[in-house]
Amino acid sequence: MLGALALTPCRSKIGAMGPEEPAMWSRRRALRTLAAAGACAALRPATALAQPRAILTRPIPSTGEALPVVGLGSWVTFNVGDDPIARDACTDVMRNFIETGGRMIDSSPMYGSSQEVIGYGLRKAVLTERIFSADKVWISSGAQGREQIERSRQKWQVGRFDLVQVHNLLNWQEHLPTLFAMKGSGQVRYVGITTSEGRRLRDMEQLMRSQAVDFVQVTYNPLDREVEERILPLARDRGIAVIVNRPFREGALLRALARQSLPPWAADIDCTSWAQFVLKFIVSHPAVTCAIPATTSVAHVRENMNAAYGRLPDEALRQRMIAAVERT
Amino acid sequence: MSEWWTYRLTSFLLFSPRTYYRLLELYNLAIWPAQLAGAVIGLAIIALLIWKRGHRDRIIAGLLSACWLWIAWAFHYQRYAQINWAAPWFAAAFAFEALLLVVVGVLASRLVLQPASGGKLWIATSLVAISVLGYPLLAPLTGRPWTTAETFGVAADPTVIASIAALALVRGRIRWLLLTVPLLWCAVAAATLWAMYAPEALVVVAAVLLALWPAVQGTRRGAPDAVR
Repeated sequence: MLGALALTPCRSKIGAMGPEEPAMWSRRRALRTLAAAGACAALRPATALAQPRAILTRPIPSTGEALPVVGLGSWVTFNVGDDPIARDACTDVMRNFIETGGRMIDSSPMYGSSQEVIGYGLRKAVLTERIFSADKVWISSGAQGREQIERSRQKWQVGRFDLVQVHNLLNWQEHLPTLFAMKGSGQVRYVGITTSEGRRLRDMEQLMRSQAVDFVQVTYNPLDREVEERILPLARDRGIAVIVNRPFREGALLRALARQSLPPWAADIDCTSWAQFVLKFIVSHPAVTCAIPATTSVAHVRENMNAAYGRLPDEALRQRMIAAVERT
Repeated sequence: MSEWWTYRLTSFLLFSPRTYYRLLELYNLAIWPAQLAGAVIGLAIIALLIWKRGHRDRIIAGLLSACWLWIAWAFHYQRYAQINWAAPWFAAAFAFEALLLVVVGVLASRLVLQPASGGKLWIATSLVAISVLGYPLLAPLTGRPWTTAETFGVAADPTVIASIAALALVRGRIRWLLLTVPLLWCAVAAATLWAMYAPEALVVVAAVLLALWPAVQGTRRGAPDAVR
């Protein structure tokens, strides 16, 4: 049982038909489209003509909107200041992330220059309309929360955030009413709360029961499974989307796993690397909506995104995966 | 900060080592040839420590103050703040130390370097010399390009180590007032480098412990200057 997992064809924005388009095309338009398609087919390599791969998505419970199960974090990796070379490298990461079907990019005012770097990349690669923007409010003063969110929005250079979360539950008492008011007036689409590395899970559980949040963000991976006990089941019961941060323990988990070879049976779930192995474990939990690994490498982001395609493990295989990782 | 015991040093590291050293590189390229001016200042301080001349202490205080003020503005506020939101506070602390050196050392002439014994003076002078001439070598020695070298007068760590070495010779309790910011910075710098798994962390700690030896000796022996 893999929850409400869906397969969505990964295709270019140009080729996608939006809901606002008429169901019936005119003959002239249809002929024009067929001619254009023929021209494209002549120019593209044979592989591009193959059936588009289907990216795995999960619905956001509060609306049903589908999100690809692998997103992109920005902690440490996108905090590169005004270094033009590093900024362009981050832009390449974002471009490849979107090209491989990704949508959610997550950041915070706590992450140094990451927000500006994301804004730079979105503008340069013209990606703004294709992402699901997730940011946070992180300030002690409740009165300054709205102002901080506006500054963050300007750095991202987006019209509005899709999701704003209370970072590490900091002053949630004042920030959550602000965020719900902003959601009510259409200034943000979703509201969430975050923790990391297993901290304040009791507080988070209470808030999940008492507040109408759309998202929670927690740490989860084959070694850090504390949230399996109460948070993830509660998220399913309450219809709350779950974002998973620090899937690789900031790289330490993958460095440890690199000392042993990938089990041959990993091929049964289309894994060719430990990163995919860990990500598939995470997103195969039925309560998880999206994992957000962070990277500065184009090769790594493409490798991570491959975990959003193909087969996922069932519960028996998930237990085997835990055992394999715990052996390190 | 709740559940503070669950945090590790790396939990507070906002950037990667690659980003930090690239920041140093871009800073060095932007300010060149200010590094040469820093080296000249460092050599001048060494010369003043060895060959005492009139107004030596005031000149040393003024030169150190200029270095601290430069680092506060050009490095912490202009550069480091891009990747570390705590850097404006570091800039304020460095500017405060610069002010302190001017007020205590230049205006009030309360910064009096002891006519130290040979051993203490030798340690202090050697550490200043190592900070000026040796610290930049850590870049190539740890596999980094020369462009990331940290040089006295414009980079924080060698300047602070040299300052501690010189200020440890200051007569009286006022030395501890002058040493407060430098020692706090060394704690921050060593923790940052340690979180980056950089061997320079050990260099900073070892240099500071050695530099403090004359100051601690003066206090422990209850020298007349120590109760002033």
